[in-house]
Amino acid sequence: MTKRVLDFAVFVLLLLAAWEALVRAELWNTVLLPAPSTVLAYLSGALLDGTLLDAAAVTARRLGVGYLAGMLAGLPLGLLCSRFQSARDTIGVLALGLQTLPSVCWAPLALLWFGQTEAAMTFVVVMGTTWSILLATADGVRAIPPLWLRAARTMGSRRLHTVLHVLLPGALPAIVSGLKQGWAFAWRSLMAAEIFITILTGFGLGQLLHYGRELHAMDQVLGVMTVIVAIGLLAEQILFGPVERWLRRRFGMTA
Amino acid sequence: MTEAAAPNGEETAAKLTLRGVSKTFRGANGAVTALAAVDLEVAEGEFVCLLGASGCGKSTLLALVAGLERPDEGEILAHGQPVTGPGRDRMVMFQEHALFPWRTVLGNVLFGLELKPGLPRKSRIEVARYYLELVGLTKFAHAAVHELSGGMKQRVALARALAPNPQVLLMDEPFAALDAMTRERLYGDLQEICRKRKKTVLFVTHNVREACVLGDRVVVMTPRPGRIHGEFRVDLPRPRDINGIGIATLATRITATLRAEEPQEPAR
Ligand SMILES: Nc1ncnc2c1ncn2[C@@H]1O[C@H](COP(=O)(O)OP(=O)(O)OP(=O)(O)O)[C@@H](O)[C@H]1O
Ligand SMILES: [Mg+2]
Repeated sequence: MTKRVLDFAVFVLLLLAAWEALVRAELWNTVLLPAPSTVLAYLSGALLDGTLLDAAAVTARRLGVGYLAGMLAGLPLGLLCSRFQSARDTIGVLALGLQTLPSVCWAPLALLWFGQTEAAMTFVVVMGTTWSILLATADGVRAIPPLWLRAARTMGSRRLHTVLHVLLPGALPAIVSGLKQGWAFAWRSLMAAEIFITILTGFGLGQLLHYGRELHAMDQVLGVMTVIVAIGLLAEQILFGPVERWLRRRFGMTA
Repeated sequence: MTEAAAPNGEETAAKLTLRGVSKTFRGANGAVTALAAVDLEVAEGEFVCLLGASGCGKSTLLALVAGLERPDEGEILAHGQPVTGPGRDRMVMFQEHALFPWRTVLGNVLFGLELKPGLPRKSRIEVARYYLELVGLTKFAHAAVHELSGGMKQRVALARALAPNPQVLLMDEPFAALDAMTRERLYGDLQEICRKRKKTVLFVTHNVREACVLGDRVVVMTPRPGRIHGEFRVDLPRPRDINGIGIATLATRITATLRAEEPQEPAR
């Protein structure tokens, strides 16, 4: 584990060194491609004066609220689709269709419906999250061996108990991969939305990136991009890493 | 579960009663009559083995008694009451282990106990551990299901079926996938448990010797449609030795009957 972390750190350092060297050699216009040291200077400045943390907090809140709402909608709707053919033929088909729509396409509509408010942002995130979670839940629950349900019934499991103690945990590997996909969609769509839409109630990472471009501050653009990558990586590791490891331990190879 | 005394004298003797039970499955390639007019009585504390070739409706019969399927005709009584659905008085051990992979070994044994009303958490765990010890898996309480061998999985399934202390055990070829040595150990354990805890058992197998070792009675079924063909009382003292002469003699007789009645069945 430590060796792997070390490998990665060395790799990044080499990359940065090469980049720094190339910029110092003045092969490019330094305004268009600032050196990593310049980006680092921006990052430490923005970190100290709070702009970066504030923006990250705004983005994280939008993502968290939207993701949670998408999960709260997707899980029960997915369960519904797994149990009833009529739900599959209606909500299920709708979900399949809407999943192919990049959720940033909802941004124009969201602006018209909610105006320049947080609700518009949340809406875009919800549209990115819900459908993959819904579809993964529906498929996962349907793939549960009927034998598990029969076994549960003989032991006295009924309705809600069966849903909570057999259907959901039994479909967990599928649900987690749906949650992961939903997360990826939500994160990407939120970034796109923040870049294109100015919301006066909060200033997220995407907007910071956008204004970096407007001001021709490439150090800011690259700095914010680094932060976005770092947050994405960390979120995957912190949110999904432990769950996936647990699944592999419990379910064996299938997860 | 209360030790429900049957309301009238007539039923008290039989824990399980099947009268004229028929079951037909309608599938993609026509209807299959899995059971036709089956009559069967199992007395309290009796160990009855259902013996028959593949496809003669043994699992179907068990599912009907378990309340997982409804008969098309006839009636099924447990403790003198009509069976309308699954109940904690009748636990099933399935042909495949049916353990839940998201739960540990202990968690699987706890599943049925958690559904028993009025059992505090602490005593649930005590009971589960007791049954894990009984099947010799104490050390694996926190193991994941996929880490167990086939035989260990079946032992966990046995512990899970026993833990809620059902009066009736319905067992569907529980030991078919095990090696001979493990199987023989479990024969001993199972007989011991059933004697001590006064279980009524309906045990499906297509292993003739297994049926003779375990059963007080061996009921022979024939396929297409599934019917009860005859039965043999096993009047041998327990514990029985699967290699003993008494078992061998009886097994030979039963095998001969099976052969005579269904020449179209390939020998197993
Ligand atoms: N759910 C079902 N749908 C359609 N047909 C079924 C179903 N369950 C069982 N059958 C049919 O009913 C017959 C009896 O099946 P059953 O599983 O009871 O046999 P069995 O005696 O348990 O066989 P085995 O020893 O192979 O387990 C078979 O012909 C089978 O194809
Ligand atoms: Mg069977």
